[in-house]
Amino acid sequence: MNFITIDKKDWAPGVDQSRKTYRVYGPVEDKNGCQIKPLAPDMQPKMDAPVTVMSAKSVLFPQTEKILTATLDESKEDHHVMKPVETDDMPRVVLGIRPYDAKAVHLVKLNFDNPDYKDPYWCAAYDATTFVGLGVTRPGPCDFSTAVGSGPFSEEGLDVLMADMDDKYLAKILTEKGEKWAAACGFATAADPKESQVLFDVLKKEAEKQIQADVNTDKLAQKTILDLYDAPFWDEVAFSCINCGTCTYVCPTCWCFDIQDETRHNTAVRFRNWDTCMSSLFTHHASGHNPRGTKVQRVRQRFMHKLKYFLDKYDQGIMCVGCGRCVASCPVNIDIREVCNRMNDYETTK
Amino acid sequence: MDTCIEKIRAIGADLLAKGTVEKVIGFADGSIPMATRPVALTSDKDVGKLVFNSVCGLNLANYVSKNSLSKKEGKIAVVAKGCDARNLVTHIVENQISREQVYIIGVPCTGMVDKRKIAALFEDEITGFEEDGDTLTITSASKTETVKKADVLRHNCRVCTHRNPPVYDVMAGDPVEEQTLDQPYEDVDRIAAMDPDARWAYFEKLTENCIRCYACRNACPLCYCPTCFVDESGPQWVGKGQNDTDVATFHFLRAFHCAGRCTDCGACVEACPMGINVRDFTRKLNKDALELFGWEAGLDLDKRPPLDVYSPNDPNDFIK
Repeated sequence: MNFITIDKKDWAPGVDQSRKTYRVYGPVEDKNGCQIKPLAPDMQPKMDAPVTVMSAKSVLFPQTEKILTATLDESKEDHHVMKPVETDDMPRVVLGIRPYDAKAVHLVKLNFDNPDYKDPYWCAAYDATTFVGLGVTRPGPCDFSTAVGSGPFSEEGLDVLMADMDDKYLAKILTEKGEKWAAACGFATAADPKESQVLFDVLKKEAEKQIQADVNTDKLAQKTILDLYDAPFWDEVAFSCINCGTCTYVCPTCWCFDIQDETRHNTAVRFRNWDTCMSSLFTHHASGHNPRGTKVQRVRQRFMHKLKYFLDKYDQGIMCVGCGRCVASCPVNIDIREVCNRMNDYETTK
Repeated sequence: MDTCIEKIRAIGADLLAKGTVEKVIGFADGSIPMATRPVALTSDKDVGKLVFNSVCGLNLANYVSKNSLSKKEGKIAVVAKGCDARNLVTHIVENQISREQVYIIGVPCTGMVDKRKIAALFEDEITGFEEDGDTLTITSASKTETVKKADVLRHNCRVCTHRNPPVYDVMAGDPVEEQTLDQPYEDVDRIAAMDPDARWAYFEKLTENCIRCYACRNACPLCYCPTCFVDESGPQWVGKGQNDTDVATFHFLRAFHCAGRCTDCGACVEACPMGINVRDFTRKLNKDALELFGWEAGLDLDKRPPLDVYSPNDPNDFIK
């Protein structure tokens, strides 16, 4: 593993230099709080940004993505035949991604890229993307990443992990993609691997110490699905829920989508949009029947999927990286940490 | 307002103990700083969970009608600020609930704080929030700030002229003085003064980060339709993606649906994760309702809202 140092004076010129080969994404601050967005040529990522309201999920999985298109002009031979849209396969780099968001990419990958299914859009975007993470030195009160297998300096899913050292970044190159990105920026000042690792370890320890996450997931795997499903606390958990989709949209690991066709004049387009299990329409059958017709059923689904079904299916922990965005953004303060503990501690009386 | 809480708890406990109501809907402390959560309590032993402070920004009328009251259910008590009570009145006038079904625990309100304004005082995340009378003490890992509540009030609370519930069964405190304003719709006037292109650009910019989570709609007590027009799937009226026209259509139609019904409670803005001031849409309609019909929503149990009555004095001439 090699380490490099990047003088902050060289950072912006390096980012600019990389634009020849990379489309650059990073935290942008506007009136609506920080977002991870593609950066215009004259923009630099706001590296010292607080946690972004939305995760980096949309870099690989846009909220609305055009996937197929067709002409409806019957004079054309190929009318009504859906064809892939042209995609921009230019390499892209996400700068300043939080380590837990990179871990989330790994969890989402289990769904979009597995032996049974390979989602062509997600996989192509994933192959083209380099993730340059920035370790979190001051985790906020919603951050519980250490409790769910990630953490402020977790390396999983990252190509480069950087640490802010005031006047410079210390960067740990983790993959070949990361190496290529550093080369494209012209960042080449080697740092002593041993010393650097010690520094990373210290920073990691310091940051992890600040997270007071009392979230336990150890007993979830032993529970039976139906016991949890029938647990008595769901009404209480769901009472305040207003069934907005905020928690699912801000979540870096929620991956549900809906396919929609739209036509305009002689062009038909097939889109994929984020969908949310909080919406009653999500499970509304064409027959009119809705198997999850009530709020409490929908709320239960969200937590059962994240904390039980996913765990049982993939054996890779829960479908949560502890970013705390759903806790921070929930208008009625439904806290996944409390729900998780309730599920984990639930014992049937049977 | 903290002084109200003992009274709220005592009233709630009494109502539950005597069986006057089946449950009390109020606010409880949240799990993170500056958060509270709506709760429904059924036992008088739990009333200690109730809180009332300057971060009870949602509208509890939202929990009475569409999801908690069935015919079978008995009376429900609701802790209500001025705006919450006005929305309960609207529910009653619009036949969502009957006056007998709800017991209104009125709270004289001195306003809710703008959490984003407070967050903007800090570079890092807020870790603590204390309220003592008119003084707020907010902490983060890097510093502590003391501010006057009046300086960080939400805009809708700054321009509120109905801080006391117009209708209630019991008040949990002495009424507060109502504000009188020289220019209650200064924000609307500022937007109205723009030329059409600038105004259009203003609203385009306003909703550009909308993620269509519909938190604004779902936090709003007025949005109780069994199926919202954006959720209608056969036929589908509005596209579901991030297309500008579809996003704008949702916001425009939702706002119009609230015309003459909105109490400017601010729950929509409070709920929006993207900080969109959706009140910019509804405020103009409130101003119109006031200027054209002399109407403010939720003040009177015996008057129909202006858009569901015919009046020979209607200011428009299309009907004459």
